[in-house]
Amino acid sequence: MVMANSFNFELVSPERLLLSEQVTEVVIPATEGEMTVMANHAPTMTTIKPGIVTVKTADGKADRFVVFGGFADILPTGCTLLAESAVHVDELDRTALEKRIDAARAELDGAGDEKKTRVDQFIAELTKLGEIVIPA
Amino acid sequence: MPSLKDLKNRIASVKATQKITKAMKMVAAAKLRRAQEAAEAARPYSQRMAAVLANIAQAVGADDGAPALMTGTGKDDTHLLVVCTAERGLCGGFNSQIARHARDHVRKLLAAGKTVKIICVGKKGFDILRREYASLIIDRVDLREVKKIGFQNADQIGHKVIALFEKGEFDVCTLFYSEFKSVIAQIPTAQQLIPASAGPVAVEASDASAVYEYEPDAGAILSDLIPRNISVQIFRALLENVAGEMGAKMSAMDNATRNAGDMINKLTLSYNRQRQAQITKELIEIISGAEAL
Repeated sequence: MVMANSFNFELVSPERLLLSEQVTEVVIPATEGEMTVMANHAPTMTTIKPGIVTVKTADGKADRFVVFGGFADILPTGCTLLAESAVHVDELDRTALEKRIDAARAELDGAGDEKKTRVDQFIAELTKLGEIVIPA
Repeated sequence: MPSLKDLKNRIASVKATQKITKAMKMVAAAKLRRAQEAAEAARPYSQRMAAVLANIAQAVGADDGAPALMTGTGKDDTHLLVVCTAERGLCGGFNSQIARHARDHVRKLLAAGKTVKIICVGKKGFDILRREYASLIIDRVDLREVKKIGFQNADQIGHKVIALFEKGEFDVCTLFYSEFKSVIAQIPTAQQLIPASAGPVAVEASDASAVYEYEPDAGAILSDLIPRNISVQIFRALLENVAGEMGAKMSAMDNATRNAGDMINKLTLSYNRQRQAQITKELIEIISGAEAL
């Protein structure tokens, strides 16, 4: 039974709906660590950090998207990922990523301690992301 | 009485104007379609955001941990108005309608003894409001260089508003924009941003009775979500505005083209009449000259 194990996954960015499909498995980069969502997952709401979302569709294809923060709303019957911004892995380019890192760095100046650690972490995540996705 | 040559020039110049307004109308129509598509594409996000927000608000509301952005400061002494207008004119009453709506609001607030601060998004609103309330405008956002409004533009404005709120610069924030109803109807609208009014959304969320697990916890998610929601609201307002501006521009340019057409008809009529009069005059001169011989 394929249908029983699949659920509807939606990836939405403020600009558009990127993906809405039946999937069997989604790996999302939650703030507290990566998590794999499968059908009949307990209702969960979580924030996500910059990272890669891996989607396995019902017909067995795999797809990857890069997301930059946001949150996910998981229900037994479906999963909605609201990303602050999201692109397909193939469409991400280094300059866009670097621009983001620079913007985050600019925020560092004059930021409070707590915010500083947060932004530092954000930059580290972005840098790591760049290394994974785009071989230098 | 203008001479024949004057009339000819006049007709030529009106024809040139008509060509321009016609081209502008077509450009606006193309842009309108794109703006509508953008507004449509952005809708799923804001809808889901509202649903999720209502869900969490319900969960958090129970234990009173809601962040200040949602509950407000408890006062309403200082009001911040974010007035979104277009960057360009030539779109009928579009900009002045929004500005008038905002101005009425300002007048009401001032009469009630409140302090008012204004942030202008878009050049035209700034130009209009500057005449009367120059001292109240604390900031302006220029989107002239922006070809296509992205979420980042809205996010910047959102951050600005939140930073002001955290500094205690205002108590209530209201967003002014024009709601896109149709090509000929844009309705200037005021929407309260802070404290977030969860009124209408709270009702539809009640069916989602699922008990959620929260990671890290509901309060943390909520305080992350609300700033984002503010940016989303602003983003939606900006998109509606672009669509509205293009719609207004289209109908304004359509009117202008039609007016130019009427004018050309009138001018051509008087041109022909005058030409005919001249021919008749010349004929009479020749005939009476011949009779005299």
